Amino acid sequence: MKIHEYQAKEILRRFGVTVPEGKVVFNPEDARTVAKGLGGTVVVKAQIHAGGRGKGGGVKLAHTPEEAKQHAQHILAMRLKTHQTGPDGQLVHKVLIEKGCQIARELYLGMVLDRESSRVTLMASTEGGVEIEQVAASHPEKILKVRVDPALGLMPYQCREIAFGLGLDGKNLGSATKLLTGLYGAFVGTDASLAEINPLVVTADGELLALDAKMNFDDNALFRHKEIEAYRDLDEEDPKETEARKWDLSYVALDGHIGCMVNGAGLAMATMDIIKHFGAMPANFLDVGGTATTERVTAAFKIIMVDPNVRAILVNIFGGIVKCDVIAGGVVSAAKQLGLKVPLVVRLAGTNVDAGNQILNQSGLHIIAADSLRDAAEKAVAAARG
Amino acid sequence: MSILVDKDTRLVVQGITGGAGSFHTRQMIEYGTNVVAGATPGKGGQKFDDRVPIFNTLTEAVRQTGANATVIFVPAFFCADAILEAVAVGLPLVVTITEGIPVLDMVKVKNAMAGGATRLVGPNCPGVITPGQCKVGIMPGSIHLPGRVGVISRSGTLTYEAVAQLTALGIGQSTCIGIGGDPVNGTDFVEALRLFEADPDTDGVLMIGEIGGTAEERAAVFVRDQMKKPVAAFIAGATAPPGRRMGHAGAIIAGGKGTAAEKIALLRECGVAIAETPADLGTAMRAALRR
Repeated sequence: MKIHEYQAKEILRRFGVTVPEGKVVFNPEDARTVAKGLGGTVVVKAQIHAGGRGKGGGVKLAHTPEEAKQHAQHILAMRLKTHQTGPDGQLVHKVLIEKGCQIARELYLGMVLDRESSRVTLMASTEGGVEIEQVAASHPEKILKVRVDPALGLMPYQCREIAFGLGLDGKNLGSATKLLTGLYGAFVGTDASLAEINPLVVTADGELLALDAKMNFDDNALFRHKEIEAYRDLDEEDPKETEARKWDLSYVALDGHIGCMVNGAGLAMATMDIIKHFGAMPANFLDVGGTATTERVTAAFKIIMVDPNVRAILVNIFGGIVKCDVIAGGVVSAAKQLGLKVPLVVRLAGTNVDAGNQILNQSGLHIIAADSLRDAAEKAVAAARG
Repeated sequence: MSILVDKDTRLVVQGITGGAGSFHTRQMIEYGTNVVAGATPGKGGQKFDDRVPIFNTLTEAVRQTGANATVIFVPAFFCADAILEAVAVGLPLVVTITEGIPVLDMVKVKNAMAGGATRLVGPNCPGVITPGQCKVGIMPGSIHLPGRVGVISRSGTLTYEAVAQLTALGIGQSTCIGIGGDPVNGTDFVEALRLFEADPDTDGVLMIGEIGGTAEERAAVFVRDQMKKPVAAFIAGATAPPGRRMGHAGAIIAGGKGTAAEKIALLRECGVAIAETPADLGTAMRAALRR
């Protein structure tokens, strides 16, 4: 799960990471009031989940409260386009107003899970303000890394290694250790999957400040973090994904034309791949899971069918725990309920496959039956072409 | 022979009284697996289906029945504890089916297991089956055929697809291992490949990987440097967009790394036969065996 910068900063502040003074607002008038309260130069920052906001024109400096209001007015009306938003951009609903500061140096801090060592890893670099992937490609030697033993936590010696490696001096050592320890505390305390401070700045006064912040969270751990779940912003999600989550369906909207309903994540990905192999693109990833009931299959079907891009639907089920007759029943019930507006290709295999096919055949619906994965993909691609 | 499980496996089921645990215990027994005990706290002294004794603790279950492997169906929020209990008891094989364990829980589990003698398979996996001998997990037994090809996979149903294709071609399986779809798991591709390379009753291996992480890349290098047996592979997720989790927590392209294209290129370079589509899993393995 993703959250906004201002929310990430709230979390980090709670764990002792120093962040600029500021407040999120939803209208230009409040932007003016907050800017006035902060005094001096402020930064007006669009709050959307995608990165690259500065380059897209979503971050502006304001020297007066009036200017802050004007910037807020402009940004709040815009569809901000960045390299992460897609071509339509993302409508901005809120802006963060923050106190400006004099920047002496920009650094990078990031915390992720390193899958190879199965440990949380702290990465740091003197190349702040630049995407870490770029630094990794051009100057891998400039990325400092420490791996954290989960039983010990981030140790002071590791913090010193990073601090001195970043060229910080003795004066900053205490605050750097506090900040890094806070970052690790926030990471494990919220079951984050990513925590990034880019840039971490050294101000002209020699203070360390997290100027930007990004956090993502492990969906599997949200059950024990109601406070994180409360940060969810439905404006940032595809409504189809929101609906899918209600039914515990694993769904990702894509931009092709063949709607897919599959059981199992691996088979769902493979089904998308074979559609592409035969010259079309999937409209979605959808895993109905191991405990698909008629209700969930119906819900899944509805989500696929409301997508205006869908020109054909491919149902690919390999029954193991899931029984093919249950899936077939769900498909027939959903298709009858909603009316079948596009061609439907169904491939069933595994447990109770004969009973499943019988239900499809006797439904009176025009269902294109397929007997293998290849057959199903070919038929779905042909059907989508019309 | 085979690897990990066979007719001498004496299985204990952690979470035997739960919905998934009870359903699959019956399926495993029906397949012929020797389920010797169940463990559910508070239900010690009872019997599952009037035949399998249930114990309050795993220690007791193992001591009383001589179990040498466990399968875990415990819900995600208690699951790390259940795995660590199995490690503490010293069981050589722990197969964890449970899906949705927080990744930082698994970080702690892996750390605690480091250097120990227990082998973990999973979590978030279908389990391990040696066709005709022993099924430890949730895969449909009927699609399997005893034989001489090993199967290793990060996925569940895609493994069934692979096995069904092999069986349809008359290619039987020595053992099939689901290593799971999570970013932090137990046995990885390399360890499973090592076991199959050493198994005299396995002639070749089919591995099914997916986007995210670098486990397939390490496997490719292992095949090149340390294997004589033919290996075929398929990587799922060529169409997945970067930065989005495709169902499995581990199936995510992060920072431009872990793409299907990179994995396929390296596997091919290392001499692995690539299945171009998921409809070619069986035929790719057949071709690799003939080469």
